[in-house]
Amino acid sequence: MQLDLRLPIGLMFGVLGLLLAGYGLMSDPAVYDVSLGINVNMWTGLGMLAFAAVMLGGAWLSSRKGT
Amino acid sequence: MRSNMHLHGVDYAIIALYFVFVLGIGAALKRFMKTSLDFFESGRSLAAWITGLAFISANLGAQEVIGMAASGAKYGIMTSHFYWVGAIPAMIFVGVFMMPFYYGSRAHSVPEYLRLRFDEKTRALNAVSFAVMTLFSSGISMYVMGRLFQLLLGWDINVSIMVAAVVVLVYILLGGLTSSIYNEVLQFFLIVFGFLPLVFVGLLNVGGWTGLQARLSTVATDAGYAAGAWTQSWQHMGSPAANPMGVEWFGMAMGLGFVLSFGYWCTDFLVIQRAMAARSMNAARLTPLLAAIPKMFFPFLVILPGMIAIAILPKTAFVFNGATDYNMAMPLMLQKFYPPGLLGLGLTALVASFMSGMAGNVTAFNTVWTYDIYKPYLRHNGTDAHYMWIGRMATVFGTLASVATAYVAMQFGNIMDLLQLVFSFINAPLFATFLLGMFWARATANGAFWGLLSGTGAAAVHYALTGVGTGMLTAVATGTAKLHLYPSDMAQNFWGAIWAWSACFVVTILISLATTPRRSEELKGLVYSLTPRIRDGGQAWYKRPAVLAVVVGVLTILLNVYFW
Repeated sequence: MQLDLRLPIGLMFGVLGLLLAGYGLMSDPAVYDVSLGINVNMWTGLGMLAFAAVMLGGAWLSSRKGT
Repeated sequence: MRSNMHLHGVDYAIIALYFVFVLGIGAALKRFMKTSLDFFESGRSLAAWITGLAFISANLGAQEVIGMAASGAKYGIMTSHFYWVGAIPAMIFVGVFMMPFYYGSRAHSVPEYLRLRFDEKTRALNAVSFAVMTLFSSGISMYVMGRLFQLLLGWDINVSIMVAAVVVLVYILLGGLTSSIYNEVLQFFLIVFGFLPLVFVGLLNVGGWTGLQARLSTVATDAGYAAGAWTQSWQHMGSPAANPMGVEWFGMAMGLGFVLSFGYWCTDFLVIQRAMAARSMNAARLTPLLAAIPKMFFPFLVILPGMIAIAILPKTAFVFNGATDYNMAMPLMLQKFYPPGLLGLGLTALVASFMSGMAGNVTAFNTVWTYDIYKPYLRHNGTDAHYMWIGRMATVFGTLASVATAYVAMQFGNIMDLLQLVFSFINAPLFATFLLGMFWARATANGAFWGLLSGTGAAAVHYALTGVGTGMLTAVATGTAKLHLYPSDMAQNFWGAIWAWSACFVVTILISLATTPRRSEELKGLVYSLTPRIRDGGQAWYKRPAVLAVVVGVLTILLNVYFW
C-alpha cells in the first residue's frame, strides 16, 4: 500500500497553475516584453491546470475501482 | 554577475509552495514506513512510470541541467551524444538483459549482487568506494547550488546549504526511499514546465531551428570550424581537430557510448535502486525503458537553451570575474526571457533538481551503508527495527558528511578535482566485471576482484602517461614526458575509460581461467545462461520490455540521423 503519487502531483500543479495563470491575467502586460509579448505565465499556468486535472482524474478513477 | 536577478513576491510564493509540498509528501508517507523494506526499497511496490521518471531524475541533478546547457553553448548539438549515444543504448541493455539479475536475485543493492555472484571482498570494494563517492557527489552538488544562488540572487551560501540539507534530511527520515523517489518525479515535471516555455520563446526569438542554424554557423566559423559544427552531431567527428569537443567518433562511441555509459547506467546503484523499488519484475525491467523515452528528448530541453544562448548573447555575457564561464548559459537565458512568475518556476526547477539529486545520493548511501557495510561487518543479526534505525542514522550521517564535503569543496577546490579523478579510475572498469559476471558463468571471484583493481590501475597509469595538448612542447613545459597527447580532456577521459575497461576484461578472464569456478547450481538466477528465460506474454504489447526496447532504439536512431 502506498500513497497515490498522482494526488500530491495533481494538487501541487493545480495550485501552481492557479497561481501562475492568475498572476498572468492580473500582471501588467509590459512585464512580457522579455518573453516577446507572449503571456508565458498564463499559458504555462493553463498547461499546468490541464496536467493537474489529468493526474487528479487518474487518481480518482483508480481509487473508485478500489485498486 | 553584473546585475543580480530580481525576484518578486510571486517568485517567492512558487518556491515556498514547492517546499511545502516536498515536506508534505514526506509527512504523508510516514505512516507507510513500517519495515526496513518500506524504508530502503519502497516495499518493492511502485509503478513503472514512477520508478522510470525517478530513474532519469535521480541522474538529472541541477549540475546536469546547468552543465548540459553549458556544453550546448560550448560544443553545440554534439552534446546530445551524452544522451543518444551515452545513455539510451545502456538504458535499453540494463532493462532487457541485466534487470532480471538485479531484481530477481533479491539483492538489496548492486554491491550485494556482487557478493552473491562473486564474493565478500569484491562486494566490500564496490560498497566502500560507492558509499564514499556518493557522499562526495552529494556534497559537491550542495556547494555548486550554494555558489550558484549566491551569484544569481545574492543568497547567503551557508543559508542555502543548511536549508537544503535540513529539508532533504527531514523528508528522507519521514518517507525513506519513497520520499526521495516521489520528489524526483515531482522534480521531473517541474523541469519540464520550467524549461519548456524557455525553449519555446528562445526558438521563436532566433527564428526556429533554421534561424538557430544560421546564427550558429557564424559562431562555428568564428571559432575556426566548419559552419555546421554546432548544429550537426556526427558530420565533424572524422578527426578531433574538426569539432569543438576535440574527440573522434571511435573514442566517442567506445569510450562514452560503451564503457562510461554502460558503466554508469548499468551498475550505478543510485539509478538501479530506483528500478529495484518497482512492484514486479516486469515493472523493474520497464523502468529504464520508460525512462529512455523522456531522456531522448531532454537534449531539446537542456542543450538547446545553451545553444540559443551562445547564438544570441555577446561573448562578453559569459565572462565572470575575468574568466569565461559557460555554466551561466542557463541562468542567463532565464534572466533574458522570463518575466516574474516563470522566473520563480525556473529557479524552483533548479532548486528541486539540486535537492532531489542530493536526496538520491543520501538514500543510495543509507542502503549501501546498512546492507553492505553495517550488516555484514558490524552487526550481523540485528532485528528489522534495528536496521531501520541504522538506516535513519546513516541518513543523518550522510547529510552531515555531505555538508562537510561542501565546505571542503569551498575551501580546497583542488582536492575535489583530485578526488573526482580518483573516482573516475574506480568507476571506469566496473562494467567489464558486471558483463562477465552476468554473462559468463566461468568468471570467478578472484578474477573479478583482481580484474577491477587492474582496471583502476590501468586508468591511473594511462592518466599518468598521457597528456592533453598539441605537439611535444606542452609535455616539455609541464616537465614530464608523456607517451601520448590527446587533443582534449574529453578525449583523454574517453580513452582512459577504454583502457581501464579492457584491462579489467582481460585480467578477469585470465585469472578466472586459472582459478576454480563455482558450481553452476549456486549461480542460478545470477548468470544469464543458468537462469530460466522470462517469458513476455500476458501483458499488453506496450508493457513488454522487448517491444519497448525496439521502439526506443528506433526512435534514438532516427534522432541521430535527423541531426547527423
